[in-house]
Parts: sequence; structure tokens; C-alpha cells
Amino acid sequence: MTRDDVRNAVIRILADIAPDEDFDGLNDEEKLRDQFDLDSMDFLDIVMELRKRYNIEVPEADYERLVTMTSCIDYLQPLLKNQQMAS
Amino acid sequence: MVDQKNPDWRIVITGVGLTSPNGNNLAEYRENLLQGKSGIEKIDIRYMGEVLAGVCNFDEFKYQKKKERRRGTRAGSVGIYCAHEAISDSGIEFDSFDKSRIGIYCGVTEHGNVETENEVFNISQYDYDVKYWSHHHNPRTVANNPAGEISLNLKITGPHYSIGAACAAGNLGVIQGCQMLRLKEVDMALAGGISESIHTFGIFASFKSQGALAWHEDPERASRPFDLDRNGIVCSEGGCLYTLERLPDAQKRGAKIYGEVVGYGVNSDAVDFVLPQPKGQTDCLNMALNNAGLKADDINIVNTHATSTPQGDIQECIAIRNVFGKSKNVWVNNTKSYIGHAMGAAGALELAGNLPAFEDKIVHPTINVDKLDPECALDNLVINQPKQIEQVNYILNNSFGMLGINSALIVKHFEI
Repeated sequence: MTRDDVRNAVIRILADIAPDEDFDGLNDEEKLRDQFDLDSMDFLDIVMELRKRYNIEVPEADYERLVTMTSCIDYLQPLLKNQQMAS
Repeated sequence: MVDQKNPDWRIVITGVGLTSPNGNNLAEYRENLLQGKSGIEKIDIRYMGEVLAGVCNFDEFKYQKKKERRRGTRAGSVGIYCAHEAISDSGIEFDSFDKSRIGIYCGVTEHGNVETENEVFNISQYDYDVKYWSHHHNPRTVANNPAGEISLNLKITGPHYSIGAACAAGNLGVIQGCQMLRLKEVDMALAGGISESIHTFGIFASFKSQGALAWHEDPERASRPFDLDRNGIVCSEGGCLYTLERLPDAQKRGAKIYGEVVGYGVNSDAVDFVLPQPKGQTDCLNMALNNAGLKADDINIVNTHATSTPQGDIQECIAIRNVFGKSKNVWVNNTKSYIGHAMGAAGALELAGNLPAFEDKIVHPTINVDKLDPECALDNLVINQPKQIEQVNYILNNSFGMLGINSALIVKHFEI
């Protein structure tokens, strides 16, 4: 996956977790929680979906790496570089 | 006995919010009961395939965000819909009402089976690795879930909890609301019952193993209490919540009053896990009459609990004969014949279906009786066609459940 692919993968997960939100205007540098109605249970959903869709384990110590879109991509892209987008 | 001289002990129904397999508000539901329209259909359920069920088609997103629904349960969604509808129907000024003085009391037959089955199925897709088990499982399955989801959605900060009373729970929810209002623990109660049970295969499978699950090629003919060919229960989902208030509060704001809860009886058979007992039911009916200060002759309509099982219907008829056998003006009907058995919602929903009779004086019939079982041939059983009667002053609503829990609720026509 490229960085763009990872970004799209994360947005797909977010769209499923927070279906009332519009992610078109997402600011990659701003905290996701400051832009959208997301709480700690939603972040656990992100972790669960990464596990289910991409077989990635995000240890609790790394949860802070999911705080912005850019930090998500920085963290996930090395882990996903050999994977295809989940359908 | 209810202290009728103390106005604050008089509890009235001022709003009705419901979803039933044949209606998403009281007017629609009542119309379909009078038209003989059933709400039973065939559905596919995990592991079992085709079964018969009563399915509700209310708009889940009328009062709920998509995320709320995703995080919550079907029971929560049913509850939120009914709570909003009841509050709206009551005409109460909800925005300015002290939310800490509202209590939410939801009767449930069971809760948690749906989500537990879903999670077990989910992890079965991952070789039963429990790290795939959802972190949402606990808040979805705690017993107070549907009441709690109503509290979160409507920002109600008073007490909220479930009343687990098997299939008597709908009546018990109303009774709990009355008690808390009389104790002045709250100033308004959202009270009744809720069922999501058609989304758990276990309920169907267990009734089937027990030989108590209904089947008929025509789903609308499957729930047929008192008919010789009845062969079991049709499971349904649904909900019905009432706004209950103390009479002086309701009168002060000029509320529309559907009826006054004047008495109830609750007891236990203490005999068998599943089989209903005429003695316990008879005692319960007499308790309700005594509680209301009434005689059997005073009652105009008895809504039976009868679930369309071969034995249970007969047992209830024995109890009704014991109490009402000499009362010529007591008319008996059944609502499950239209909507199936809405489990924890049944008592509250079935009462609601009868409330309009205070105004139109029509007893809706029990439908699908082609060959009346002689053992169920009560003198004044209203069969297949609505019955216009002269006066409806009191309705008695039966609701019984497994482990021998019995309840009867009496509601009086309120006249200013």
C-alpha cells in the first residue's frame, strides 16, 4: 500500500465507525478527536478493524500514534506496505 | 389496596409510544387490530433457517444517529423510538422538565442473548480467537441496556433500569413506574416493556426443543390462541412505553388521560420452570381485583396472556373461569393472535391495543379461531369479529411468564 492507500483504508474504517460524519474535509495534521465526534471506544474500534481487515496488532503503547491522519499513515504504512486494500 | 383518597397515589397514563409488528403508533396499531390485520411473517435466522416472527418496521433513525445505533442494541433502538413517541404523545414540555425527576423502567424477558450470539458467531470466523471479541459487548449486554440507551439519547438523569420478569415484564414495567411515582422518587415515568428477542436464534431453538414453537404455512395464521390446531408461540419484537404521571400533575397541565392504573396483582406459582398454573393465576387475578377495590363483575375487558400453546391457553382459561365465570358482562380477548408473543413488550403492547376501547367501546377479537378448543370456550370470548359493547370502564390485562411469574393490571376509564 502507498501512503494514499493507507489514508483511504483509514478513512474507510472511520466512515464505518462514525457513519454520521463527513470525512471529505479531513485535516491530516489535526487530531481526529478534535475534528470528529470520536471517543475512546471509537479508537478501540479502529484498532479492532485494523486487526480484522489487515491482521495488524496495535499495542496499547502505540495508540497515541493514531491521533492524527498523518501519524496514522506514518505508523501504519510500514506495517501495510506489502498488503492490498481490503475490499 | 390503592389509596384512592390520596390524589398523589392516583397514577394516570398520559402518553403512549409503541412499535408493534402491525403498527408504529397507537392509531395504526388499533386500526389493524380492528381490521384483523396480523403482523407475522417468515424470516431467516442463523442456524435455524425459516421461522415465523413478528417484525417491527419503525424508522430506527427517526430519533437516533447512525453511530448510536451501531454502538447500541436493537432493544435500545426500540426503546428510544417508543420513549420519544410517548413523550411527544403526552404533550409534556420535555425541554423544561427536570430530567433528574424522570424514571425509565423497561420490562424485558431477557437481554444480552442477541449480542452474545453475534459475538460468538463473530469469533467463530477467527478460529475462536477472543481478541476479536467486541469491546462493545458489555455495554450492549448489561441488563439495564435498553433503559440506559434511552437515558443517554434523551439526556434523562433520573433512575433507569430493566425489570426482568420473563413474559410478564411489560406489566411489571408499568407497575414499577406506578410504585416509583407513588413513592415520589420521580415525577414522570417512562414505563413498559421492550423485546428484541427475534434476533436471537436461541429463543426460537429453545421453544422448538420444548415443542412450543408455532408453525403454519401461512404466517398470519400461525398465532392462534384458543384454536384446536394451535401449535405454539410466534416470537415477536416490539416495544411499548407509557408516560405515567401522578393525577394532580397531569391535571395541572391539562394532559390527555388514556386511563388510570387502579390496581395490580403480582405473585409466583413456585411450582414449575415453564408450565403455568391456574391456581397462581387465579390468585393473581383476585389480588388485582382486591388491590383495585373491585369485584369481578366490574371488569369489562380481559386481555388474555394466552400464547397459543396447547397447554398454556387451557390453564389460563381455567383461571379466568375461576374468577370471571359468573360475570356475564366481562368480555375476553387476545392480542397475540395478531402480533405474536412480543415477550417483554407483550404486556404493555397488549394493554395499549385495548386502551382505545375506553372511547370506541369495541372489543377487538382474538383472530384465527377456526375450531374453538372446547376447553377454551369461555362464555364471552370475542372471536374473529370485533364486539361493540355498551360500556368500558375497566380493562384487566394478564401477563404471565416462565419460572411462574404472574401479573394482572387493571386500568380504569378516566372521566373528568
